[in-house]
Amino acid sequence: MKVELTVNGKDVTADVEDRTLLVHFLRDVADLTATNVGCDTTSCGACTVLLDGESVKSCTVLAAQADGRAVTTLEGLADDGEMHPVQRAFHEEHGLQCGYCTPGMVMAIVSLLKENPSPSEAEVRRGLEGNICRCTGYHNIVKAALAAAASSDMGASQ
Amino acid sequence: MIPPSFTYARATSVDEALALAAEHGEDAKFLAGGQSLLPLMKLRFAAPSMLIDLGRVTELSYVRDEGTYVAIGALTRHHDVVHAEVLAADIPLLAAAAETVGDPQIRHRGTIGGSAAHADAAADLPATLLALDATFVVKGPDGTRSVPAAEFFKGIFETALEPGELLTEIQVPKPASPAAWSYQKFNKRAIDFAIVGVAVQGAGRHARVALVNMASTPLRATAVETALADGASVADAAQLAAEGTHAGSDIHASKAYREHLARVLTRRALEEAAARA
Ligand SMILES: Cc1cc2nc3c(=O)[nH]c(=O)nc-3n(C[C@H](O)[C@H](O)[C@H](O)COP(=O)(O)OP(=O)(O)OC[C@H]3O[C@@H](n4cnc5c(N)ncnc54)[C@H](O)[C@@H]3O)c2cc1C
Ligand code: FES
Ligand code: FES
Repeated sequence: MKVELTVNGKDVTADVEDRTLLVHFLRDVADLTATNVGCDTTSCGACTVLLDGESVKSCTVLAAQADGRAVTTLEGLADDGEMHPVQRAFHEEHGLQCGYCTPGMVMAIVSLLKENPSPSEAEVRRGLEGNICRCTGYHNIVKAALAAAASSDMGASQ
Repeated sequence: MIPPSFTYARATSVDEALALAAEHGEDAKFLAGGQSLLPLMKLRFAAPSMLIDLGRVTELSYVRDEGTYVAIGALTRHHDVVHAEVLAADIPLLAAAAETVGDPQIRHRGTIGGSAAHADAAADLPATLLALDATFVVKGPDGTRSVPAAEFFKGIFETALEPGELLTEIQVPKPASPAAWSYQKFNKRAIDFAIVGVAVQGAGRHARVALVNMASTPLRATAVETALADGASVADAAQLAAEGTHAGSDIHASKAYREHLARVLTRRALEEAAARA
């Protein structure tokens, strides 16, 4: 079927199999490979993107379900080469090691901060319960989320 | 992993969804948030030949105050149940249980109707709706009918829904003392389903108690409720929580351990509900 998405502000239209998952549409059709697949069970969150501004697991959404809607991936966060505050906070707080979980973590945090601009540490940890990291022990990821929330330009770049 | 092939159809209204279901018969399945069905299809536990996407049936996404009860459209997402003001005020148990479902991403997609229709005995909302004495409104080719929660959950992943019938609304009566609630969920990792869960609404002689994952369906803890109604103490009544249950043993817990959890969590839930009342 024909699927038409707005991905990071640009129209992407393609004829795909009905069963095509959003994550494969993004990686294989739109050629945006920041979004990773880390599991078969909707558990890891590596595939997290924003659908109409809210975090979803793109391995468990059909491209057809997203037809006509707006998707934001990690590639869509930076503004004119300027890193998004959440990306910058990951850099500054050393919020990643291998980086596999990072795109999903960043997108989950962008969505979390949109709903709750100044979360407590406990709220950040609860907000990331759908994202698994095998490297960091989460501590610096949580620090990065809190640092991004505290940074004054967070609101401006949403 | 990629789901097996199917034909995708999109409904934009209740009537259109019912017409598509009537036309395509038992091989067609409704797709709501897809947070149970798509994972099952990816693992090849389900392989419907057609999916009827309900995602644009916006007429079924609402939380409405109807005076004595709250009407919730079947397509209302967990996220919207968590944040509904009328539920925070009048039925906080339901909002709190919805907040324990999966993770934020799953709650942005999954729906209350999908959770009820899927009828996983380990899920949080079916038992909660049972404790709240909810009514399920079902629409089919022959019209609309209302099914009380006690008759809705029939067996393992089985409900009173007939093929081609659509769950349209869940009606939840406002409890007399809304603040007297507790939801106890025992699991090992944050996004896991409950190993055992207990939903309590009400305190003292009027407490209603429902169990998660203690049988092939969600279950009311009838022995506990009866003992409380007869004036038993919370501690004594909670000892009866495993009566009439049929818990299984699996990789997460043995039957005996689940029965132990049911007693402990029921006592904690009754104590918390009484303290909040
Ligand atoms: C990793 C993970 C963790 C989870 N953890 C939990 C948890 O802790 N607790 C919990 O309770 N749940 C959990 N869930 C399941 C989640 O709650 C699902 O959102 C919910 O069970 C299904 O809702 P849905 O809208 O996504 O339904 P779908 O997956 O779209 O549909 C489920 C079934 O219901 C049918 N259906 C859907 N809507 C209707 C309708 N209106 N009328 C008739 N039939 C309908 C479909 O045909 C299908 O058979 C988890 C899921 C995942 C992937
Ligand atoms: S790939 Fe693991 S949740 Fe989507
Ligand atoms: S940085 Fe390696 S999985 Fe998170």
